Amino acid sequence: MSALKAVFMRELQLAARSRADWAQPVFFYILVSLLFPLGVAPNSTALPLFVPAILWMGALLAALLGLERVFRSDFEDGTLEQLFLAPVPVSFLVLGKLLAAWLVLGLPLALLSPLLGLLLGLSMHAAGVVMLGLLLGTLSLFFLGGFSSALLVGLPRAGVLLPVLVLPLVSPILIFGAGAARAAMSGSSAEAPLYFLAAIAVFCICLIPLATATALRNAFE
Amino acid sequence: MTLWTWLKSLTSPPIFFALAQRLGFWFGLISIPLLAYGLIGGLLLAPPDYQQGEGYRIIYIHVPAAWMSLFIYSLMAAAGGIALIWRIKVWECVLTAAAPIGASFTALALVTGMLWGKPMWGTYWVWDARLTSELVLLFLYVGVIVLQQSIADARAAARACALLAIVGFVNVPIVHYSVEWWNTLHQGPSVTKFGKPTMDASMLVPLLVMTLGFMSFFGHVLMRRVQNELLSRGEISRG
Amino acid sequence: MLISVKDLVVARGGRTLLTGICFGLDREQALHVAGSNGSGKTSLLESLCGLRAPEHGSVEGLESADVFHWIGHKNALNPALTVVENLRFWCRVNNASEDRIENALDRLQLRAQQHRACRELSVGQRRRAALARLLAVRRPLWLLDEPLSGLDAGGVDLFIEMLKAHLALGGAAIITSHQNLPPLNGMRRLQL
Repeated sequence: MSALKAVFMRELQLAARSRADWAQPVFFYILVSLLFPLGVAPNSTALPLFVPAILWMGALLAALLGLERVFRSDFEDGTLEQLFLAPVPVSFLVLGKLLAAWLVLGLPLALLSPLLGLLLGLSMHAAGVVMLGLLLGTLSLFFLGGFSSALLVGLPRAGVLLPVLVLPLVSPILIFGAGAARAAMSGSSAEAPLYFLAAIAVFCICLIPLATATALRNAFE
Repeated sequence: MTLWTWLKSLTSPPIFFALAQRLGFWFGLISIPLLAYGLIGGLLLAPPDYQQGEGYRIIYIHVPAAWMSLFIYSLMAAAGGIALIWRIKVWECVLTAAAPIGASFTALALVTGMLWGKPMWGTYWVWDARLTSELVLLFLYVGVIVLQQSIADARAAARACALLAIVGFVNVPIVHYSVEWWNTLHQGPSVTKFGKPTMDASMLVPLLVMTLGFMSFFGHVLMRRVQNELLSRGEISRG
Repeated sequence: MLISVKDLVVARGGRTLLTGICFGLDREQALHVAGSNGSGKTSLLESLCGLRAPEHGSVEGLESADVFHWIGHKNALNPALTVVENLRFWCRVNNASEDRIENALDRLQLRAQQHRACRELSVGQRRRAALARLLAVRRPLWLLDEPLSGLDAGGVDLFIEMLKAHLALGGAAIITSHQNLPPLNGMRRLQL
C-alpha cells in the first residue's frame, strides 16, 4: 500500500512542479468547445443539439493530450525498469499512477464541462449530467488511454498513434456519455447510460492495470 | 500420436510451416467449389425476395463478410491469448497475419452494406446499429495493424497487438450494445435489418455454403501469410 | 551461496549473445564482468535480475526482489524532482525506512546538491545520486551495469570505497565495466 501511495503522491508532486502539463489540456478544452460555435451560423438553433457531442469530443481529445505523456518520462529516465524490480506487483503501481493522472488531468476537464455547457446554452440539469458523465467517462478513458500509451511507450510517433488506438476503444463511453446528456436535455431519465458508464469505469479500473503492466513489460523485451 | 503431442507440435515453427503448406493447399482447393456454388446459387438460382427483389442478393457477400469480420477478430484475440500466456511464436504470427485479412472482410462488409443501402434506404450510409458497430470494428482492426507496423521488433509488436486485440475483443460486445442502445434512444430504425428470422431454404443454403467458402478462403490466405511471416522472421530456413 | 547461475543462455532481439554462463557468488565476493561493446554484459545483468527472460538455464538466489539492487545505464531519477525526493520515492516504493538517506548522501558527497532538481546536476553527480540508492536501501547483492560511467577520478574512488565497505559487511556484487577495476579482495573477473 505504501508503494502505491508513493507512486500516487509522486505524480501529484510532479504535477505541482510543471503546471503547464495539466493547464494545457484544460486550455485546449476551453478553446475547442468555445470555438465550435464559430463554425455554425450565429445563434443557430441547431447548436444546442450538438453541445453534448462538442463537450464530450473536446474532453476526449484534451485528455489524449495529457495521456500521451503518462509513461514517457518514466520510460526515458529508467524509472519503469526499477518499478519492475520493486517488491510490489506492477499492476498495483500502474493503478496508482493512472488514478493520479486522472486526478491531475481528467478531473479538471470534468469539473470544467458544466461551465462550458452553460456557456453553450445547456440547462443546469443537463450541465450536471454532462459533468457526472464525464467524471465516470474520463476515469475509464484514462485507464484505456493509459493502456494504449503503455503499448506505444518509447515509440517516436506515439502522440499521433495514440488517438488511433484509443478512440475506437472509447466509442461506447462517448455514446453513453453524450446519450446521457441528450436524454437530460429532452427531459427523459439519464440514469441508465450513467449506470453503464459507472459499470464500464469499474470494469476498467479492475482489469486494465493488469493489461497495462503486461504492455509495459513487453516494451523492454 | 496423442492429442497433446499433436498440439505441442503446433508450437514449433518448422512443423507448423509444413502443416500450413498442406492446410493452405486444401483450404484453397475446397474454397473454389464452395465459392462457385455459393455465387451461382445465391446470384442465379435463389428466388428473388418478395420485398427487396433482386437487390437482396448482395447479402451473399455482405453477411458472410460481416460474420468473418467478427470471427477473425475473435480468432486474433484467442491467438493473442495463447501467444501471451505460452509465449509461442507461431501464434504471434497467426495474430499479425490475420489482422489485415480481417480488416479486408470488414471493409468488404461495409462497402456491400453501403451498396445495399442505396437502393433500400435511398442513401449509402445510415447510422444503423450493425453498420456502426462494423465501422468501429474496422477502426479496431486498423489500430492493431498500425500498432504492429510502428513497433520495429517483430515479437514485441506481435505481443503488443495481442494485448490490444484482447482488450478490443472484450470491447466489441460493449460497442455493439452501446450502438444498439444509441439507435433506439434517438430514432427507431425505420428500415428492416438484414437476416429476417425466417429464410427459405433455397435462400439459406447458398448463404451457408458461401460462408464455408469464405472460411476456407480465409484459411488459405491465413496459412500463406503465416508462412510468409515465419520466413521473414527467419524462423524457417529457405530451401 | 548468494547467487548461482547454471548454463545460462542470453539472447536479445532473437540473436543469441551468450551461452553456457555458469558461476556462483558468495558473501564478500565480487565479480567483474568485462567485455567489449555488444558482448552482452548488459543483457546478462538484465537476465540475472529478471528484466529479460533467459532463453535457457537457471538463476538461483534472486527470486525475491529485496535481495538485490540493480542499477542499469539509466539512473532512474526523475529530472524534475530533487535528489532527496527521488531517493525518498525509491525508499517508499521498496518499503524501506528513509533513515539512511542522509548517510548515503554524505558518503557520495551529494549533501550540497541534495535539494537541487536532478536535471540541474552534472552527469557524474546524477550517477552518484543513482548509486546513493545502494546505501539508502540495504541489500546483500548489487548488480551494477557500468557504475563508473560518467564518474570522475574522485567519483571512482568513492565508488570503490563503497564497494569495499559493502563486501566487508558480507555483501556481494556483480559489476560490468569495460574499464579496469582496482584489485580488491574477493574480486574475480569474467571475460565475455
